[in-house]
Amino acid sequence: MSLRPGRPGSKGWPDALFRAAAVTCAALICLLMAAFFVELARNAWPSIRAFGFGFLTTSTWNPVTRTFGALSSIYGTLLSTLLALLIAVPLSLATALFLVKLAPPGLAKWVRQGVELLAAIPSIIFGMWGLFVFAPYMADHVQPFLQSVLGFLPLFKGPTMGIGILTSGVILALMVIPFITAVMRDVFTMTPPVLEEAAYGMGATTWEVVRRVTIPYGVRGLAGGVFLGLGRAIGETMAVTFVIGNNHQLSASLFAAGNSIASTLANEFTEASEPLYRSSLIELGLILLVMTFLIQIAAHLWLNRLGRASGRTA
Amino acid sequence: MMDTTYDTMETTGRSTPPFPLRSRARRRAFDTMVRIASTAAALFALVFLFWILAVVAKRGAAALDWTFFTSLPSPPGGEGGGLANAILGTAAMTVMAALIGVPLGLFTGIYQSEFGRGTRFGSFVRFTINVMLGIPSILSGLFVYTLMVVTMGHFSGLAGGVSLAILIFPYVARTTEDMLGLVPDAMRESSLALGAPRWKTTLGVVFRAARSGLATGILLSVARVSGETAPLLFTALNSPYWPKDFAEPTANLTVTIFNYAMSPYSDWQRLAWGASLLITLLVLVVTVFTRWRVGEVET
Repeated sequence: MSLRPGRPGSKGWPDALFRAAAVTCAALICLLMAAFFVELARNAWPSIRAFGFGFLTTSTWNPVTRTFGALSSIYGTLLSTLLALLIAVPLSLATALFLVKLAPPGLAKWVRQGVELLAAIPSIIFGMWGLFVFAPYMADHVQPFLQSVLGFLPLFKGPTMGIGILTSGVILALMVIPFITAVMRDVFTMTPPVLEEAAYGMGATTWEVVRRVTIPYGVRGLAGGVFLGLGRAIGETMAVTFVIGNNHQLSASLFAAGNSIASTLANEFTEASEPLYRSSLIELGLILLVMTFLIQIAAHLWLNRLGRASGRTA
Repeated sequence: MMDTTYDTMETTGRSTPPFPLRSRARRRAFDTMVRIASTAAALFALVFLFWILAVVAKRGAAALDWTFFTSLPSPPGGEGGGLANAILGTAAMTVMAALIGVPLGLFTGIYQSEFGRGTRFGSFVRFTINVMLGIPSILSGLFVYTLMVVTMGHFSGLAGGVSLAILIFPYVARTTEDMLGLVPDAMRESSLALGAPRWKTTLGVVFRAARSGLATGILLSVARVSGETAPLLFTALNSPYWPKDFAEPTANLTVTIFNYAMSPYSDWQRLAWGASLLITLLVLVVTVFTRWRVGEVET
């Protein structure tokens, strides 16, 4: 490596200052990350001390009696994220397939830009559209249909209100599709043409090439795309807050109103004047922080393995 | 990686070839089905994009008039009124966030690409940047609440700006690192060999070579945070008055949309749609414009 890290002093004080500024900023972002954990843990401490581990396993959320449990928020967060991924991952895979293998290049460019534009729409706009347009549509058309076909399952029981976990999941799916599609598209284009051409040469159809060559070759990268979508969906706030219904009761039905960690924070934080109430909400935030942190670590380790496996340094 | 197919075959002891033997017609038919499904999936995303944009354009256009841009909101249940204060507040807080977040991000990117390459601290910083990029924006609001709102004793526009700056910081750091990384080392070496100091090499030569990429990253990050709501909920809060002082709760478009949409007054809901159109237009125009410019450079 010809470029050694700059030696302070070798070019006088301006260079030393320049380097110091760069190091300070780099150190600052590390400090910032540490400060997130310290600050939230410090402010959540009264709640941690009052409820202990039971905070994670009870769903009572009663500001009047000052009893708080995070279970319904955690349940709603995980369930809506799971739904979002169940919808978004196959659709993203199919869209990426369309962009790379099927569409003519001119069309693919426009479709790709359209899908990416979906990611630029602010979260609150998804919320507005979700509350005033999409939730009524779900209530009038989609949910009655699901109930008539699959109504025997507890998942699809109950009144069809439009707002609730299912609608949140669908909107979250729309919001993460652009991110997952972008990663999957990149992974597909990285497959060596020789491998695919060999399969085509043996008479395989496009689907068989994708199923037997492209997907197995890029499976780790595809999983990386799913991680990205997971991280995005789990902390999404405004769109979910508009349509999830804000209800602390646990329910097996996807039609029921629920809540997520982020939506509970958005709805209740400014109204929580009582210290223990506020501290419990901050503990919810701390739980979300730990969740996203673990997802990032998993993604990091995964991508490092990916880098080693394909002989590149990540 | 391809070996795995054969491994499983050997361990299961089956002698079937990797491609199951099916009739040609059946394989063709299945392939056609997949093609149709995949085209439908791409259409699915586009349909929703146009649906959302059409709704926002139609309902928003009905609310945008002269008073929307010039007057204060009406009292609850009142007629008319505008969101001039919120437009001003959002603009001011976004500018403040950019002034704080962009330099911090640029210098972190400089460290990563010019000083920290291959060092352990450098890879730790890269990991941190990734983590910070993945932190939900509402937690930035919560963090700044505990740090600034509690200590100062009240909600403020300053806290709102800081919580947005925290979102810009890692984003700009990441794009700066990526963009400076694309500049060939030969340019740095030439500049240093001519006797230019390090800072001049970075700011005068490397930055110049990477300027369109840097500008894109900065513009996209600023556009993105201008549409953020969650970080402002517990920091800037909202206000029905003109923004006078950053030490006080500051009006802004996104929290106004949230509050007004949830209100029972139809005039307020109308204003919320107007604000939605304004924010969407702003974010989309900046995004499309910068993408288009990058596209021009690439081709």
